[in-house]
Amino acid sequence: MSAEEKSMSIIVTKGSLDWAYPPFILATTAAAMGLPVTMFFTFYGLPLLLKDLKLQLTAAGNPAMKMPMMGAHMGLPNLLTAVPGVDAACTKMMKNLMSKKGVAPIEELRELAVEAEVRLIACQMTMDLFEYTLDDMIEGPELGGAATYIEVATQSDINLFI
Amino acid sequence: MADKTLDAKGMNCPLPILKAKKALKDVPTDGTLEILATDPGSVADFEAFCRQTGNELMEHSEDGGTYRFLIKKTA
Repeated sequence: MSAEEKSMSIIVTKGSLDWAYPPFILATTAAAMGLPVTMFFTFYGLPLLLKDLKLQLTAAGNPAMKMPMMGAHMGLPNLLTAVPGVDAACTKMMKNLMSKKGVAPIEELRELAVEAEVRLIACQMTMDLFEYTLDDMIEGPELGGAATYIEVATQSDINLFI
Repeated sequence: MADKTLDAKGMNCPLPILKAKKALKDVPTDGTLEILATDPGSVADFEAFCRQTGNELMEHSEDGGTYRFLIKKTA
């Protein structure tokens, strides 16, 4: 690594459709700008490494989630988010909106991250906790723990927790 | 005439940058890459991308909602 070269690490802790975006957008962009990037997937961020992504969205507890509809911005009261099918409908709406606006699906950003040789670390403790194995995951992630991450973080110029 | 043209129209952040980075691999050193985009955020982003990567943003212009960038591969 040259003295000029900057590097970045991201701790990925959230696995809903909306929260999957910031880490993958920043990781792929930093890699495109020449930074070595490491992503550490822990807790609810870990399922973002699963072969089969079934990302979902909920408006529950998220008053800031307002979708553009018929010229206005509409949110959903918490009570309604408990109705069966509402999360699925919200997810579908968000995916449609993203596709209409040219926002890449997470699957594509993840592929680009792998292609750009972003280092992916799956938290061993979370793997044990939620009973996953590397066979459940895409090709590429390695296993590691807190010490593995801290070593990376001490060598990185930018460390993000998302 | 650019060595290569990338049509990134309709793509949103960060796709124009990611596709441009890939397209630059097919451009010879000192060659040029032309990018067409509709994402208004791509103006600031291509400036930052070029500053960080050391490639040269030779031109950028806008015509009817389409942004055109010309990058010289110097890095």
